[in-house]
Parts: sequence; C-alpha cells; structure tokens
Amino acid sequence: MENQEKMNDEKLKSLEAIFEAKIANDEKIEPKDWMPEKYRKTHIRQISQHAHSEIVGMLPEGNWITRAPSLRRKVALLAKVQDEAGHGLYLYSACETLGISREEMYEQLHSGKAKYSSIFNYPTLTWADMGAIGWLVDGAAIINQVPLCNTSFGPYARAMVRVCKEESFHQRQGYEIMMTLCNGTQEQKDMAQDALNRWWWPSLMMFGPTDDESTHTEQSMKWKLKRKTNDELRQQFIDQTVPQADILGLTVPDPDLKYNNDTGHYNFGKIDWDEFWQVVKGHGMCNKERVSARKNAWDNGKWVRDAAVAYAEKKSDKEEVRKAV
Amino acid sequence: MNKNWPLWEVFVRSKNGLEHRHFGSLRAADAEMALNNARDVYTRRSEGVSIWVVESKNITASNPEHNGELFEPAADKAYRHPTFYNLPDDIEHM
Repeated sequence: MENQEKMNDEKLKSLEAIFEAKIANDEKIEPKDWMPEKYRKTHIRQISQHAHSEIVGMLPEGNWITRAPSLRRKVALLAKVQDEAGHGLYLYSACETLGISREEMYEQLHSGKAKYSSIFNYPTLTWADMGAIGWLVDGAAIINQVPLCNTSFGPYARAMVRVCKEESFHQRQGYEIMMTLCNGTQEQKDMAQDALNRWWWPSLMMFGPTDDESTHTEQSMKWKLKRKTNDELRQQFIDQTVPQADILGLTVPDPDLKYNNDTGHYNFGKIDWDEFWQVVKGHGMCNKERVSARKNAWDNGKWVRDAAVAYAEKKSDKEEVRKAV
Repeated sequence: MNKNWPLWEVFVRSKNGLEHRHFGSLRAADAEMALNNARDVYTRRSEGVSIWVVESKNITASNPEHNGELFEPAADKAYRHPTFYNLPDDIEHM
C-alpha cells in the first residue's frame, strides 16, 4: 500500500515536471492533456469570470441603444454589444473544455459566487458614457487582453485572438463619440468631461489591486495567464491614454497627474481602493441591478429553451418514423 | 422539462479553395439552430462562405496519453522525407 502511494506520488511529480516544462517552452496545453488541478481551477475561475464580464458588459450599453443620437451611432453600438455577446460565447465554450458545464457557470454568476469586472457596476447616465466606455473601458480591456493571446491554455488563447481582433473597433467608435462631443456645443463638451470624470478612476481599477496586494500574480505569470503585472499594465494605460485626452481637450480628473521626464512615465494620484473593494464585494451602484437583469433573462427565457428542445425532439422523432416506414 | 442544449463543433470554410477549419463550439437545440447561431457567433465579419456543424458527442478523439504509441513511430522514419536522400549539389529539377 505504502509503495503504491509512493509510486503515485512519483508519477504525479513527473507529470507536473513535464507540464511545467511544456509551459516554460511556450508549448500550449490542450483540454485533454494532463494538467494540475490548480491549473484547471484557476483557469475555470479566470475564463468564466472573463465570459461573465462580456455578458454583463452588454447591460450598461444596452441601456443606450434605443436612444443613440443617430442611425450611424445606433448600428455601431448594436454591433459592439453583439460582439460582446459573441465574446462571452467564445469564452464560455473555451471554459467548458475544462469540465465545467455552462449551466454551472450561469448558476455561479446568478448566485454571486463568480465575479465579473467591477467596472460594469457603474451606471451609464448620459450618451457621453458610450464614448467614455468605448475609449477607456475597452482601451483598458485591450491592454489586459492582448497578452492573453499567448497564454498557455490553447482554447483560451484562441478565443482571445478572436476577441482582440474585434475589440479595436470598439475603442475607436468610443473615441469618435468623444471627439464629436468635444467639437460640439459647450454643453456637449461638458457632457464628455463629466463622463471622463466618472469613468477615469474605475478604469484604472480595472487592472486590479497593486502588485504588493495582488495574490495571484506570481502563479499567473508562471502559467502565462499574465505577462505583465497589474501596476505595469496600469502605467501603460495611463501613458497611452493621457495624450488621447489632450487631443480631445479634456482634463483627466487627477490633480497629481504629471509627466515625469526622468522615468518617461506619468506620475498619478492615489487610487481609492476602498471604493474598489466595496464594488467587488457587491456594494457598487448597480451590482444588484446587473445580476438581477441576467437572472431574469435566464429565468424568463426558460420556456423558449424548453420549446426549442421539444421542437428538436419532435422533428427527430418524425424523421425516425419517416425512415422506418 | 429541464434539458440542456447539446454542444456543437463549428467548422468554417473562409473561402473557396480552402478547407473547413475548426472555429470553436456553441450550444444549440438542433442542427438548424446550430447553423444559425454559428453564423452569428463566428462569421459576423465575412469570415466564411460555408459552415459545418457537428454535434460534439459524435467526434471521436485520440487520447494524448497514447501519443507515444500513436505518433512516435513516425519520428525515426526519416526516409519518408526527400532530404533523406543524398544527391550531388549541382543536380537540377529534383
């Protein structure tokens, strides 16, 4: 018995060594390959939360589809929201390859067990928010997602390649909305400034806690779920976004923001992490509304899903009868 | 009734002359719905001219644990490749 255990232990160690070497060698892990339980669990958590973020992310923008100011804006926003549904679906099916069912993932979202990006718990008060979300939120998402195109788990990496290809239109349509507002009346420009004021800090929080507070960074770096740390990505976002705000003639709502000639980066003010944790814990402005919108959509759509199954079964029964006669 | 929609694998031919390639998977109640959903999920930007959908349970896959006996025998058969054969440097059209 003891020998058996020892042998199993040794086998596990050698499997783990082969696995780690594959990743270090930039080889991909595919669903049927052996993987450590922790790798599976971490990936289920990250990919499902990523999928949930895409799905919940449709809600703040869906709010403005019927009120888009022109047909051009409306078709663009519709296409963007439809992309987000698509991104959620790519990611759910990538996650299913790890052995969790889609229903279980939905259940985790609806019960609050699984998180999604906190940014979607903020309300979209004006049309300018559609501009700010595309420009800032999608801009931050792109910075977070591009490195994932090379992550170690094959299905996730492939889904991210598709997502990243589609994402750049999202950011550009947002920036164009901001630009149009900034070239408009004073009232429109004020609206754009107000949207930037409200979305700037939550966008910085999208990169997660600071490096010294982040618990998963080391392991995630090893598995190539992360290529750069939260703080590095946040700095990259700030450095590339501030000049874009300058072109719009808008003021970034941070009195401490200043270009540092020595480092070549912008110094920035203190992020309100209490607010971040409040929203993560479910006390943001729209947490309840978002989850209940998803839950209602799922519950109220049940009869449609059931009817589709009943129709499929009836059709296949008829087909069998036809073949038999 | 509480039945989940089955999983389908989606294959897309991006243009005539190319093979259908695996694009991903999705859930749908039947083949017709799987085709319609595949069109919306995987070809929103003219990625394809033809779609195949196959219910995932109908695919038989090799097990990576058996990769050794399945694929390694090909590794020591260099004579299946043109570079195995020694020819003079100045020979042409070969």
